Amino acid sequence: MSHDNSHAHHEPIPYHVFVIVWIALLVLTGITVGASIFFPGVIGITVAGIVTPLKAFLVMYWFMHLKYEGPAMKIMVASAMIILLILLAGLLGDILFR
Amino acid sequence: MSAHGEAAHAVHKDYEGAKIGMWLFLFTEVLLFGGLFVLYAAYRSVYAAEFHHAAGSLNVFLGVFNTVILLTSSLTMVLSVSAMQKGDVRSSINALFWTFVCALGFLVNKYFEWSYKIHHGIYPGSEEMAAHHDKGEVLFYGLYYMMTGLHGFHVIVGMICMGFIYYHIRKGWITPDDYVKLENVGLYWHLVDLIWIFLLPLFYLAA
Repeated sequence: MSHDNSHAHHEPIPYHVFVIVWIALLVLTGITVGASIFFPGVIGITVAGIVTPLKAFLVMYWFMHLKYEGPAMKIMVASAMIILLILLAGLLGDILFR
Repeated sequence: MSAHGEAAHAVHKDYEGAKIGMWLFLFTEVLLFGGLFVLYAAYRSVYAAEFHHAAGSLNVFLGVFNTVILLTSSLTMVLSVSAMQKGDVRSSINALFWTFVCALGFLVNKYFEWSYKIHHGIYPGSEEMAAHHDKGEVLFYGLYYMMTGLHGFHVIVGMICMGFIYYHIRKGWITPDDYVKLENVGLYWHLVDLIWIFLLPLFYLAA
């Protein structure tokens, strides 16, 4: 049933792949919480700042199936994320360094 | 997308287009919450100490517990899609059911969390807030109620969509050969999870 013109029906993905991603998300949550409790302040915020986007990436790439989508979808989502980052960087830059 | 021989016997369905449409909708959701995140950053930079203090009164355990619930619900949702893809409709429905249960559990926790705070007079516009809390804390709780409330609303919408999808599976309108509706509800549900992933450090771990 794999039509060459359709990325919508990709090959079935084994269940354990998603369980591994779920475990990774739980571990990363634990790291963020641990850092905020044991190293409050700069270290805790830095860890959250690195780990949280990483968690978002895991959700988007595996749970939201971006890994298995064609290049058109990947480029579209990446473009939207870059535009969002430009928006956030511009506004935050203005707020923080005014 | 030229007319392939295979497509001749079936009604034309553009799954790629359906998913792109869902993603476009999700981008508008990202902008909606993105704006609120910017507002949070702006007020936090002005009232750093007050935000820090107010965040300390939130229950970290409940926040983390709800994160675990939502992450698990995302797993069961993706397993539901995966099972449907493999032709296992029964497992797909089971996984969808557990996703719904997790969503309900999340809302129950939220209910207790909010009612505890409201019981102590901490809600936007309360006399307690005006008398004993300064402006920065009022702003923190305003954002807390606004953002977790808007997120909670999305959880409710997600649950309605799951019910809708369950009905469609039962009616045989979603099948292992045509399950893009299930996939799109899945995408929506993962976005709800994604937003919570960002809310956790901003509110619960900010102390």
